[in-house]
Amino acid sequence: MELVINGDRRDILKSTTVEELLAELGLDARAVVVEHNRVIIRRPSLASTRLAEGDQVEIVHFVGGG
Amino acid sequence: MLEIAGVTFRSRLMVGTGKYRNNQEMVEAIAASGAEVVTVAVRRVNLDRNAEEGILHHLDPKHYFLLSNTAGCYSADEAIRYARLGREAGFNDFVKLEVIGDQATLLPDTAGLLEATKVLAKEGFKVLAYTNDDLITALRLEEAGAVAVMPLASPIGSGLGLLNPYFIRTIKTRLSVPVIVDAGVGTASDACLVMEQGVDGILMNTALAEATDPVGMSHAMRLATEAGRAAYLAGRMPRREVAIPSSPTSGMLD
Repeated sequence: MELVINGDRRDILKSTTVEELLAELGLDARAVVVEHNRVIIRRPSLASTRLAEGDQVEIVHFVGGG
Repeated sequence: MLEIAGVTFRSRLMVGTGKYRNNQEMVEAIAASGAEVVTVAVRRVNLDRNAEEGILHHLDPKHYFLLSNTAGCYSADEAIRYARLGREAGFNDFVKLEVIGDQATLLPDTAGLLEATKVLAKEGFKVLAYTNDDLITALRLEEAGAVAVMPLASPIGSGLGLLNPYFIRTIKTRLSVPVIVDAGVGTASDACLVMEQGVDGILMNTALAEATDPVGMSHAMRLATEAGRAAYLAGRMPRREVAIPSSPTSGMLD
């Protein structure tokens, strides 16, 4: 399945939910915030949010800033 | 003690976390500053590198109050989106709201800022609004629900110091919410002068990160912030255009 993650097209092999996607990408769900098709996914809903071909996913975190 | 929206802070100096040469230097500089509030930015995770670039690997959120910003946003909608993402990280509902209007000066788009402040305040955000040194905008931001107003000393990253002490003083006099001067200071005397205007606090980043010795400068800024506040509270002597001797004029020898 091809998704657009942080602006880049990526082939996702086995994930069917956002929670699985974070694991497949090697990311700690507690350290990131996810937007799925412009909707913020709260942490308790990561496992129940299903992915579909072409979905837009943004995965953000805090970096240094002023 | 500085109080914003019911939360008290022990330091009147707030610092950014950007532009340091390395994370170790940032951590040491922030510790030397004595700051409790540190600003952070929301950005995409770089999926092709390891996750160590996140700021939380270096700063303990139990020890610091993380103030999420909307730096880099050029419209109200974009700033609102970033604010919501920052809140979802789960630390607090404070946001340092920036809506930038011009790339060359990074001056705020005050119309967009007001619009975003209204929306976010209604959503329960505690909005600290980064603005210019214009009194009317500051008053409108307060009316719109900002819990603190953050006028600039001079443009972000410029190091030009406090360009208009009178305007900053006027804003402080007229607002009920805390006034935190944000951006533009270059060295300790700038910070001291800012605090001498009577404002509630000061936020800086580049002056620390781009100093030759960020840890040393952070220490200096801590002292300057405290000195400026103490001088404000002590009340300065009047300015005079004439000299008045400090030693007795009587008892001089014939």
